[in-house]
Amino acid sequence: MSGTPARRTPRTKDAFQALARAQLPRLLALARRLTRDEAEDLVQEALLRGYLAYPELEADQAGGRWLQVILVNVYRDRERKRARSAEELPVADADNFSLYRTIVEEDPFPYSDTVHLDFLHSFTKEDVRQVLLRLPEIYRMPLVLCHMEGFATKEVARLCQAPLGTVLARLHRGRKAFEREMWTYAEEMGLLKEHRRTP
Amino acid sequence: MTEPREPLIPCDQAVRQLWAYVEASVPPVDHAKITEHLAICQRCCGELEFVKHLRGLLAAQTTDEVPPELIRQLNQFVEEL
Repeated sequence: MSGTPARRTPRTKDAFQALARAQLPRLLALARRLTRDEAEDLVQEALLRGYLAYPELEADQAGGRWLQVILVNVYRDRERKRARSAEELPVADADNFSLYRTIVEEDPFPYSDTVHLDFLHSFTKEDVRQVLLRLPEIYRMPLVLCHMEGFATKEVARLCQAPLGTVLARLHRGRKAFEREMWTYAEEMGLLKEHRRTP
Repeated sequence: MTEPREPLIPCDQAVRQLWAYVEASVPPVDHAKITEHLAICQRCCGELEFVKHLRGLLAAQTTDEVPPELIRQLNQFVEEL
């Protein structure tokens, strides 16, 4: 067998604090994509849970991913407690929108030869985050975990506590909803004006 | 005589699966049908390139835009554990 052998330093408070400090930017970024107003609180609860469970962490290398999973579990449990009803989009609505074709048809930058890239480049990271936060939670979570955090779809299904087929369907609709919301956001925020384009 | 060929899938069917196609997560039969469609459809090739850019946009969201003040407060929280 190949690969780096699992390292296991003593599970002390100092070691956990070092792990937490190193992972804070990534955890906070993930939390801010999942929730609009509760990111700091979400990270704090995840860190508390992580601290209590720290002796169970098997390999040091897995520490970052392990904390991310805890954070996602905290988020999922909170959403369940709120008993929010699933906001499934009608299949036809989700399937029929194409951002690519909408850009061709609306032609927001008529003097450009790279209109699709110009459209994407008009979005800052904060714009992308705002678009994500507009999506229904059931689509946002798989989209963030799969396409931004690099979780495998099977793992996303486990974290969402949903069958794989359900998660795949939500991913598909979530991507379509994301495309649609990008266009709506761009219209509302004036990103489709020539002067907003970045060189 | 040559064998009758299966008709090409329509654009909508190809486009619906492009994200999964890029991730190589469509079944081999569907993958072949999409590849065949892309070989003759310039517009869907454009859609394919766009999907790749869109995936790149999502994957490129790094951690450098988190508010420093929030990081400072959370660091304080960690110190007080």
